[in-house]
Amino acid sequence: MNATIASITARGLFGRKRVLVLIPLPLILIGIAVLARAAGADATDWAEPVIVGLGFSSTLPVIALIVGTGVLGSEIDDGTVTHILAKPLPRSEIIFTKLAVSAAIITLVAGIPMFVVGLIAGSAALAFSLFVASVVAALAYSAVFVLLSLVTRRPVLVGLVYVVLWEGVLGNVLTGTRQLSIAQYAVSIADWLTPTDLIAGQVSVPVSWVMAGVFAVGMTALAVHRLRSFSVAGETG
Amino acid sequence: MSEITLDHVTRWYGNVVAVNDVTMTLGPGVTGLLGPNGAGKTTLLHMMSGFLAPSRGTLTVDGTPAWRNPDVYKVLGLVSEREAVHGFLTGKEFVVDSAKLQRLPNPEEAARRALALVEMEPAQDRRIDTYSKGMRQRIRVAGALVHDPAIMLLDEPFNGMDPRQRMHMMDLLHRMGDEGRVVLFSSHILEEVEQVSGTVQVMVAGRLAASGDFRSIRRLMTNRPHVFSIRSSDDRRLAVALMAQPSVSAVELDAAGLQVRAGDYGTFTRALPRVALREGVRVRQLLPADESLESVFSYLVGA
Repeated sequence: MNATIASITARGLFGRKRVLVLIPLPLILIGIAVLARAAGADATDWAEPVIVGLGFSSTLPVIALIVGTGVLGSEIDDGTVTHILAKPLPRSEIIFTKLAVSAAIITLVAGIPMFVVGLIAGSAALAFSLFVASVVAALAYSAVFVLLSLVTRRPVLVGLVYVVLWEGVLGNVLTGTRQLSIAQYAVSIADWLTPTDLIAGQVSVPVSWVMAGVFAVGMTALAVHRLRSFSVAGETG
Repeated sequence: MSEITLDHVTRWYGNVVAVNDVTMTLGPGVTGLLGPNGAGKTTLLHMMSGFLAPSRGTLTVDGTPAWRNPDVYKVLGLVSEREAVHGFLTGKEFVVDSAKLQRLPNPEEAARRALALVEMEPAQDRRIDTYSKGMRQRIRVAGALVHDPAIMLLDEPFNGMDPRQRMHMMDLLHRMGDEGRVVLFSSHILEEVEQVSGTVQVMVAGRLAASGDFRSIRRLMTNRPHVFSIRSSDDRRLAVALMAQPSVSAVELDAAGLQVRAGDYGTFTRALPRVALREGVRVRQLLPADESLESVFSYLVGA
């Protein structure tokens, strides 16, 4: 971890207009839960679509996409990344810092609202397990989107395809793709931590833990590897 | 004593060869890397600064390859051509951050020294996105030399600078060169090297076309043939009179006026007003004809 890089990264992220997209999603998430509760609906009726549909499958991945591609991808895009790369720092330190900032911000913007929704829907125990599952997902998503920033010039687009097509559409139609879906791991882990009849995991718990770990660790290792060979292409030759 | 060594370095992108079989050694002092746009200067600098792998050949900084070697930045400072600074930082924050990322024992003090070197203290508390182009350039130089590197690489450092800033920057580079540092800057503007002492490496179309002492290049530059187009009250009369001047090698008369080829810029421009006055011809227009940089560089290389 490098405090200087972390501070530059966070300031850069919050200085961009794209960050405004982060505000409405968690508000909508909490707002709907509050409305459902206020309308007197039974939690078993609304918890599944709100927590899984809106929370783990939409809010969390979209926020993770914006933040995860923002911590490194934006700097590669505008060239400011050379400021930190032209320093005698181990490339792993740079990647770890970027991941930590990304996961922390995702946790702040998506994990805490999930905690609040858990409180509204059930209990402090449910709230806590939703929060932990969110942190696990934040780490895995961050690793994926930071790696994407290093392997493609359009990380947001590729990330969107993964989130919307793979996890979203295909995950609903084909059960097989769920085995490679970070959102599904998060649901299973939350369900395992505090079993309720509100949400139901689709992927087995051991698979979820192991695969979330494989995503987080594997993608991080690949990202460090890619950053070591980071090339700047000459624009004017 | 630091040293950058290139041994038959080639770099290609797909089918395009950007740098072609370059061999050179850069030692202490100021070196100008000259060439027209697209000659491969930036590619060469990116390879020297570890941001690009040579496709073939070896490139070492003090004996170790620059590629995949972050430790090279302990001795090397880079000012890239692209304006890549976080605009939300103040000038001072940017330089202090650079010092911290270099893990210097006293980042504040190092930053103060670097800011003084580039004369940016008066603007150090303003955000970088309020800076002019020349100021950005200087703050980036401060960030690159904050750790007192033995090697400084600067890609087109004079871009966007006014003449006074340019002179000051050149001064700074020379001071660093005199202290025994390796200072390499690139430029596609020949006039910029007029104030350079030290050596010059000329690149044309990816190849190292010439290298040597700046004085001989400067002499070639000022003595190179120039073409001027002139309009006057009596073109024919002026043409006859100019032809008698030793500095003029050819005169062409056409509908648009005169095309004069002069062997020596200085002698001709001094002679023209005298000739016109003596002949009673009024000169309405004197334009140096467009010279492509390519042609000037090829001339230099051929000479």
